[in-house]
Amino acid sequence: MLGIVRTRLLQLIVVLWVLSIVTFSLMKLAPGDPVLTLLRADEMSVTQADEAALREELGFNRPVHVQYLEWLGRVLRLDFGESLIKGKPVLSELLERLPATIELTLGGLAVMLIIAFPLGLLAARYPGRLPDHLGRMFALIGASVPVFWIGLLLIYAFAFKLQWFPTMGRGGLRELILPSVTLGSGLAAVHARLLRSGLLDSLSQEYIRAARARGLSEWRVFFRHALRAALIPALTMFGMTLGSLLAGSVVVETLFSWPGLGSMAVDAIFQRDYPLIQGYLLMTGAFVTAVNLAVDLAYGMLDPRIRLGKGGSG
Amino acid sequence: MSVSMAEEYVRPAVRRAGRLFRDPTTAAGVGILTIIVLVALLGPLLVKNDPFAANMAERLLPPGGKYPLGTDHLGRCLFSRLVTGARTTLGISALVIAIVMLIGTAVGLISGYLGGRVDTFLMRTVDGMSVLPDFLLVIAISGFLGHSLNNLILSLVLINWIGYARMVRGIVLSEREKEYVLAARVAGCGTWIVLRRHLLPQIISPVLVYATLDIGKTILVISSLSYLGLGTQPPSPEWGAMLNDGRAYFQTAPQLMLYPGLAIMLVVISFNLIGEGLRDLLDVRGR
Repeated sequence: MLGIVRTRLLQLIVVLWVLSIVTFSLMKLAPGDPVLTLLRADEMSVTQADEAALREELGFNRPVHVQYLEWLGRVLRLDFGESLIKGKPVLSELLERLPATIELTLGGLAVMLIIAFPLGLLAARYPGRLPDHLGRMFALIGASVPVFWIGLLLIYAFAFKLQWFPTMGRGGLRELILPSVTLGSGLAAVHARLLRSGLLDSLSQEYIRAARARGLSEWRVFFRHALRAALIPALTMFGMTLGSLLAGSVVVETLFSWPGLGSMAVDAIFQRDYPLIQGYLLMTGAFVTAVNLAVDLAYGMLDPRIRLGKGGSG
Repeated sequence: MSVSMAEEYVRPAVRRAGRLFRDPTTAAGVGILTIIVLVALLGPLLVKNDPFAANMAERLLPPGGKYPLGTDHLGRCLFSRLVTGARTTLGISALVIAIVMLIGTAVGLISGYLGGRVDTFLMRTVDGMSVLPDFLLVIAISGFLGHSLNNLILSLVLINWIGYARMVRGIVLSEREKEYVLAARVAGCGTWIVLRRHLLPQIISPVLVYATLDIGKTILVISSLSYLGLGTQPPSPEWGAMLNDGRAYFQTAPQLMLYPGLAIMLVVISFNLIGEGLRDLLDVRGR
């Protein structure tokens, strides 16, 4: 187990290093001269001397690897610079936006579970019958409809026509429902199918036959034995879901004018606010990889084959 | 080469394609897709109105009369734009899939068959690229290099080739140890012949299934990013971009929201149905 923790931590560091390289190189490749952009942002006339001085001050005259190391040093101290548009530190902007994104992600996750769990269970309990067919249809539609279109339809029906919910913004529970349903329903389709196949898989195992042979009721076999085994792989999917939830949040936040990190990133792209984009990339990347690590470790602790070190390095 | 290619791949494929129609849902997918592809190809012949001609006097008209599906916020014919948009959507996604299929298959074949340092290098690259969440790469590229269609295609290619490379490498690794490959090598076939004549046929079916399902996902990503304004740029009639154009007006003109979304859904459903049908037919399981 300790070995796995060490390997995973090393992987986390490698991932973050790759992310930093990608971010840094793309920043260097970005069109436009950051020195001129900064000078013009102050709307003063730019002289050659000003330009040279700022270039020297920002260290743009030094070799690229030195620039990278200095940049990395700042990033490691969570100093992402200042937003070009908002004129305040990137870190405080990120932290201000973070709670809204966490709220939406949790909302989406809740909706996903509420739909996927019963649907997957019923489909596996009655394979080839009505719940299974409905589940299959739902999965097909869920995998074929753009998330933002679901959101548009929901806004049209429940915010414009029925006026049950507001069309945009963040506030209490009423504001949270439509964005969460938009974010969670598409993912629910996929996860219901995954849960179903996991359950069917564990239902075909020997110990299920043994349980049935002992005369346990089918529902008991289902919940006490099959579900427990199927939940472990379902947990790993959770880690991957977080990436999808955050990706979806970019679209959903823009759609509902939700003041989170995703809509901030889209705005920053249009405003060419490079420090803000950079901060978003590094923070989200670190967050996703850290959660994946946590899920991996939880998985290891739940599965006795891994916990006891008999299942290979996984 | 072309004659042998036809013997080896094309004829059995055509024979198998006939079987696709036996499954009703797959047949439905093929039917829908055929219609949409025909619409995309014949586009200009089908529409009376110029999809780019703005007419502010006739903006946001309801369906009917001269405009079968009404007009958008600039008075452009929605039907014409939908039909023209089929070309944009199918064209871009087909381009992306063609590129990633080529790169991914080539990398997977070489990596799996040659092994050793080449394999290590290529697979480390694949690992390095796949650790980043896909959407971060899209945001990084649009964010730093500018939001345009070319950059969108670039980021989609960078993300998608990885899946093909991994899958192909996996198949090659399991196939290359088999007797028929050994026999071919003993008989004096060089690397190129073994790859093309013996390994490629094993790979075509799974790659085809994977690509069919992948194209649906790619269409969804393109339309979502175009909806955000990071993909195709106006006045290009891409379906996602059309939804973006219409979003301020759909309270009064719901057709602006309804039809482009339905179009996206139909195309993606048809690809998914065909992909699933192909998977069952070609007996490709969970690779």
